[in-house]
Amino acid sequence: MQTIPGRRAIMIVFLVFLLLPIYWLVNMSFKTNGEIVSTMTLWPHQPTIANYMRIFTDESWYSGYIHSIKYVVINTVISISFALPAAYAFSRYRFVGDKHLFFWLLSNRMAPPAVFALPFFNLYSAIDLFDTPWAVALAHCLFNVPLAVWILEGFVSSVPKEIDETAFLDGYSFPRFFIKILVPLIASGIGVAAFFCFMFSWVELLLARTLTSVNAKPIAAVMTRTVSAAGMDWGLLSAAGVLTIIPGALVIWFVRNYIARGFALGRV
Amino acid sequence: MDKTVNQKAWLLVAPVFLIVAFSAVLPLMTVVNYSVQDTFGNNQFFWNGIGWFKELLDPSTDLGSRFFASLWRNLFFSAVILAIEIPLGIVVALSMPREGWRVAACLVILALPLLIPWNVVGTIWQVFGRPDIGLLGYTLNHLGVNYNYVSNEIDAWATIIVMDVWHWTSLVALLCYAGLKSIPDAYYQAAQIDGASRWAVFTAIQLPKMKRVLLIAGLLRFMDSFMIYTEPFVVTGGGPGNSTTFISIELVKIALGQFDLGKAAALSLVYNLIILITCWIFYTVMTNAGADHKARTGEA
Repeated sequence: MQTIPGRRAIMIVFLVFLLLPIYWLVNMSFKTNGEIVSTMTLWPHQPTIANYMRIFTDESWYSGYIHSIKYVVINTVISISFALPAAYAFSRYRFVGDKHLFFWLLSNRMAPPAVFALPFFNLYSAIDLFDTPWAVALAHCLFNVPLAVWILEGFVSSVPKEIDETAFLDGYSFPRFFIKILVPLIASGIGVAAFFCFMFSWVELLLARTLTSVNAKPIAAVMTRTVSAAGMDWGLLSAAGVLTIIPGALVIWFVRNYIARGFALGRV
Repeated sequence: MDKTVNQKAWLLVAPVFLIVAFSAVLPLMTVVNYSVQDTFGNNQFFWNGIGWFKELLDPSTDLGSRFFASLWRNLFFSAVILAIEIPLGIVVALSMPREGWRVAACLVILALPLLIPWNVVGTIWQVFGRPDIGLLGYTLNHLGVNYNYVSNEIDAWATIIVMDVWHWTSLVALLCYAGLKSIPDAYYQAAQIDGASRWAVFTAIQLPKMKRVLLIAGLLRFMDSFMIYTEPFVVTGGGPGNSTTFISIELVKIALGQFDLGKAAALSLVYNLIILITCWIFYTVMTNAGADHKARTGEA
């Protein structure tokens, strides 16, 4: 691959630009509020883990993480298990309305959550799911199920059709073929799709905040409440932010070669 | 790949169809229902026909002026970030190391901002940009630049644009990198034999090969910037004044702040229509480019 002159300098400058704001957040999270407000220091001079301890011991904080993880996991499981058969169907068969359906799914991935905030609020209040993880998990299916279908379709299409035919000749029933042969073959694809469902549900704020009040309040909403409340607790807010970055940072290594593919809906 | 016609495939698609219909069609019906009615509270609704739509599309009314103001603001924002992120993304992709552990390290760091929750992206820039406690704001003010994103419109805009560049340029870069990697070495060797300049290699080999990923990147960035809500909401809350109030922020204000159901619903439908049209262009480009790609590489 041919590159450009001065590429090393460009890359280093850009990476520093990406990392500097994150470093600042981490830096703040280890400072006391006294140090944050009184002096400008490039690293914490009196490092403290009090901000983190407060989050791990105060229920209104740590329950936010538990609520978020609950609906994210429910959503990921629903999205993948619903999307798998559909991805197979789109990849292998032609049927009435297939192209329109595929487009309609995409249009829902692109729909602005702001449009759905109010009707979702009404809908989930009407069926008594308001303020439960299920409401948020189902609402996030709006964009995650289409996403999973699009990503998985790409992976299923890379499995040669002869494998299906051989399996059926060998007497495999469809469900058995699906679970014993197809799923192991596209295991990495399922991992990638699950990662992206997890991520997009984890980063979303508007719907999660609208559909919960007390019992299922996600961490993102807990954080905005603290911002608007009197007396900014910058250290605490930074620590909460750092903790939300960790899940992504942990798995990023495993999906590093698939990131472009996942964001481009499996089309790169 | 040859596909066989099989109507039973609908059985496999049915669960997806039902769950997405439940989350998309049902709420949209409510929106359509609200958009043609007015209410004085107490759950008493009466028919208002296309009244809300008329008001929405007439810039001389309060609703219309707010809609058009936020629409232009949003389109301007999308244009600016596309103009910065696409060229910058290409440059970053071309600056990727050739091989070894450095590639993996760069990929991981590039991807980091993409995986941060959107409200935390806002928090990061809030903490980074404040003149009293943020490194950026503090440094700028000590260099003699009077920078304050809370009270100055231009500073607020600059902050939101830099934040978006920080957040999403990596996506363009990663997509371009994927496109660049698919170019066989033989192309470069041929160019070398012909004595092609660097610029010629870029315009004749690399850019055409990146066309498809660049289209996808451009459209994805347009769509996502057109429905941006969380990041500016956290950093500026739409202010100072209304200077950074984008369509989604305006819509949430009307729908959940004032509970003006009819107005919000009419705005939602027009907003959704714009998205749908863009999405159709996106789909056509993507499928055409896909077919084109397959035809050229001989996969089909």
